[in-house]
Amino acid sequence: MPDLSTNCAGIKSPNPFWLASAPPANSGEQIMRAFDAGWGGAVWKTLGQPIQNVSSRFGAVDYRGSKAIGFNNIELITDRPLEVNFKEIYEVKKRYPDHAVVVSLMVETRQEWQDIIKRSIDAGADGLELNFGCPHGMCERGMGSAVGQEPTVNERITSWAVEYSTVPVLVKLTPNVGDIVPHGLAAKAGGAHGVSLINTIKSIIGVDLDTFVPRPVVGGLSTNGGYCGAAVKPIALHMVGALAREPSFGLPISGIGGVSDWRDAVEFLLLGSSSVQVCTAVMLYGYRIVEDLIEGLNGYMRDKGFARLDQLIGRAVPQFSEWGDLNLNYETVAKINADKCIGCQLCVTACHDGAHQCIHPKADTRVPVVDESECVGCNLCQIVCPVTGCIEMVPVDNGFSPASWNQHVGEGATLRPKKGVH
Amino acid sequence: MKSPTSPAPGAERAEGVFDDFKPAYTDSQALTEANRCLYCSDAPCIQACPTGINIPEFIRKISTGNVRGSAGTIFESNILGMSCARVCPVEVLCVGDCVYNEMGVPPIQIGKLQRYATDHAFEAGWTYFEAGADTGKSVGLIGAGPASLAAAHMLRRLGHACTIYEKRPVIGGLNVTGVAPYKMKADRGAEEVDWILGIGGIDVQTGVEIGADVSFTDLEARHDAIFVGFGLGPDSRLAVAGEELAGVAGAVDFIEAFKLGPVDLGGVQHAVVVGGGNTAIDAVRELIGLGVPEVTMVYRGAEAGMSGYLHEWKAARIEAASARWRTQPVGFVAADGRVAGLRCVKLDEKKQPIAGSEHEIPCDLVLLAIGQSKLGALLADVDGVRLERGRLVVDADGETGRPGWYAGGDCANGGKEVVNAAAEGQRAALAIDAWLKAGHGLRGQ
Ligand SMILES: Cc1cc2nc3c(=O)[nH]c(=O)nc-3n(C[C@H](O)[C@H](O)[C@H](O)COP(=O)(O)OP(=O)(O)OC[C@H]3O[C@@H](n4cnc5c(N)ncnc54)[C@H](O)[C@@H]3O)c2cc1C
Ligand SMILES: Cc1cc2nc3c(=O)[nH]c(=O)nc-3n(C[C@H](O)[C@H](O)[C@H](O)COP(=O)(O)O)c2cc1C
Ligand code: SF4
Repeated sequence: MPDLSTNCAGIKSPNPFWLASAPPANSGEQIMRAFDAGWGGAVWKTLGQPIQNVSSRFGAVDYRGSKAIGFNNIELITDRPLEVNFKEIYEVKKRYPDHAVVVSLMVETRQEWQDIIKRSIDAGADGLELNFGCPHGMCERGMGSAVGQEPTVNERITSWAVEYSTVPVLVKLTPNVGDIVPHGLAAKAGGAHGVSLINTIKSIIGVDLDTFVPRPVVGGLSTNGGYCGAAVKPIALHMVGALAREPSFGLPISGIGGVSDWRDAVEFLLLGSSSVQVCTAVMLYGYRIVEDLIEGLNGYMRDKGFARLDQLIGRAVPQFSEWGDLNLNYETVAKINADKCIGCQLCVTACHDGAHQCIHPKADTRVPVVDESECVGCNLCQIVCPVTGCIEMVPVDNGFSPASWNQHVGEGATLRPKKGVH
Repeated sequence: MKSPTSPAPGAERAEGVFDDFKPAYTDSQALTEANRCLYCSDAPCIQACPTGINIPEFIRKISTGNVRGSAGTIFESNILGMSCARVCPVEVLCVGDCVYNEMGVPPIQIGKLQRYATDHAFEAGWTYFEAGADTGKSVGLIGAGPASLAAAHMLRRLGHACTIYEKRPVIGGLNVTGVAPYKMKADRGAEEVDWILGIGGIDVQTGVEIGADVSFTDLEARHDAIFVGFGLGPDSRLAVAGEELAGVAGAVDFIEAFKLGPVDLGGVQHAVVVGGGNTAIDAVRELIGLGVPEVTMVYRGAEAGMSGYLHEWKAARIEAASARWRTQPVGFVAADGRVAGLRCVKLDEKKQPIAGSEHEIPCDLVLLAIGQSKLGALLADVDGVRLERGRLVVDADGETGRPGWYAGGDCANGGKEVVNAAAEGQRAALAIDAWLKAGHGLRGQ
């Protein structure tokens, strides 16, 4: 059995799967049930001055029969009294000493930070997560993403927290910035032990066509919310990868954003996360999804011959490169497997209207043909094909030595002739 | 590994002519179907499965590519999950209770997905279970059908030694010798048997009939607990003169014969199957599949009153079966020492013969599928074991009333499905374990 235990910025847990700071980690009763189900850690729902929430709070994007591929919320931090939260943190830690309990915090003044950090640590927190990410409500009050978007403010508050804390401090970053790297570096400059990302992305989830109110509707009005769930994973993966490959960064990362199954989690690990947090998928399907997360990760590690997590954490980072370093002479063409083709010809339309007009219908058969001399190898046909393994992208040996744009511009390396240019 | 007690090679078994009625899913089909599952909480399909497989969980694992874990979820609740995927009447169990039925949307094809996951596990050779630390206790199990196999596997997980006594040469019970070949052929059932026995420490003694070759008293002296899983007895007879004619056979006997070896149906032009249960419907479909040109079911009740499943009868009708309802055999017609016809009367609403309705159905083969006899009488002299019309009466844990004696499967439930036998065997194993761990045991008492 591979060893799934992890150490993320000094916070240890039996496996890398943590509940993100959100409704599933709202109370001790919930977190204990989650630990019983198999979760390795939890980031407590953000504590601060308890707030008043609105109803309704959530909205979702359904896409062609799949429910809630994207999710958004306009809820704020905890609405429960602080002393109740601290009492529960204490109880959870007492009963689950080996699980990670990280306490997420968001307050305003230096004094408040000092007080709430002391109380969190007294209650038994294994680590702190500074919520500099919430993109709605709290930022209007000068907290959350208002902090996360300002590197100097981020660095200052981080340094306070690090000064007062005796346990590791993670800074939770907001994705609502142009480039994530300076914000990660600001947290580092403030002394953070690690970062977690992403928090939610500013969004309007939809508009009610009859009442003209954006969703979710709160008594005839709405506001922007935070977007999360499966649809945000690519954005989160990029931000995690961008920090992981930044040579001057080097801090541990807790990856968050759109994780629904073990494969998503492995992607975050491969791009440099040493723990993976989940919110929306748990909100939609419950704590039970952790069984598949654990089993799937176990099976993957066994199949790949990994005995410990550190053997895969960051394994994809060296391959996350700059466009200018990609080999422009690498060439693939689409091949349609006639035995698998069901004749839908979605690829014909996609290539014809959306790519390079090189898949053509053929007389007496529904199986189209690829004009390989024109195919640019863009993958669009493979993406629209409903049959697994029917369209393959096959490398072509064109006789050209590898050459990137940087090599071409810098060293005059020869590029192959362009294809599909009419 | 092939057990020496496996059925003959495919080519020598008449059942080889059948194709799967519900073919295996391809990867794409499985993924498409798995992604449709709603992953319900406290799902009705789980409640409908006698072994309580966590169906939404195993289906979700197919959709995440965790097929190994998916099969593990199935086997955790039902070690016969591979064969149940094929032979269970899912239409009236899990699939019948899928919430999509409420929406008017086709229900999830749970059986086919279960087959997909478990077939993969068999093909890949994944293993899931190890025998528990030896407890020094020994359990004797009577009959090597699904009930005993499920019980023995669970007992081995818990560390108890097991000996199964089977009177036939073949291991697997009706799951190997009885289920329709368009659901599962005998060799696949036998592969499952080998797979289950792969846990090690289950000694199967074939050709040993308990009650004849080994007495019940001897059995008690050898083991600390007993599990009775001997199923049902031979086909019931009509008690009508002429039953001994050539060309008249019990349906279960006939099915066993063509599943395990060749049959000669060369001359048969018109076969009649007497009965209206699932064995009767199976026999009808099997005779059609084996090439008999005309097959008629003769049933004393009305179509709506059949005990066989409607979905099975519909399939039989599509395959061109015909039926005579409210019809009762009263005699056989013989020619050259063989059956040449069945004499019948029509019955009224109250199942009383209608005067003057006597008629003859010309036929050259008659299969009797009016039920299997009960074997409980074998235990008449074993004090404490409760019997009711030949069936062993057990409580929810499979206890028979005689300390240390447990039972499950057809002999206790009166004849249900493989999945019931598996559930009852597993449940009894847990009860036996608790009883043994409480310090009880038959040996040395
Ligand atoms: C024709 C037919 C078709 C069926 N089709 C299906 C189907 O499609 N799906 C489904 O789920 N179920 C089906 N069933 C029912 C299913 O096969 C049974 O419910 C199931 O096999 C019962 O398991 P069991 O272990 O209780 O008994 P069995 O499978 O009957 O096994 C009992 C075993 O005990 C042995 N035995 C009996 N007496 C003794 C003795 N004294 N000493 C030693 N050994 C003994 C027998 O030889 C036999 O091997 C079918 C049944 C029949 C008859
Ligand atoms: C309803 C809801 C409430 C949330 N509340 C908080 C919060 O209090 N503190 C916080 O740091 N993040 C909060 N988040 C953000 C999540 O922790 C997480 O970063 C984000 O949802 C992305 O992960 P996911 O795609 O797995 O949901 C919340 C998200 C949702 C959906
Ligand atoms: S999920 Fe629960 S709290 Fe939310 S609207 Fe429904 S019933 Fe109310």
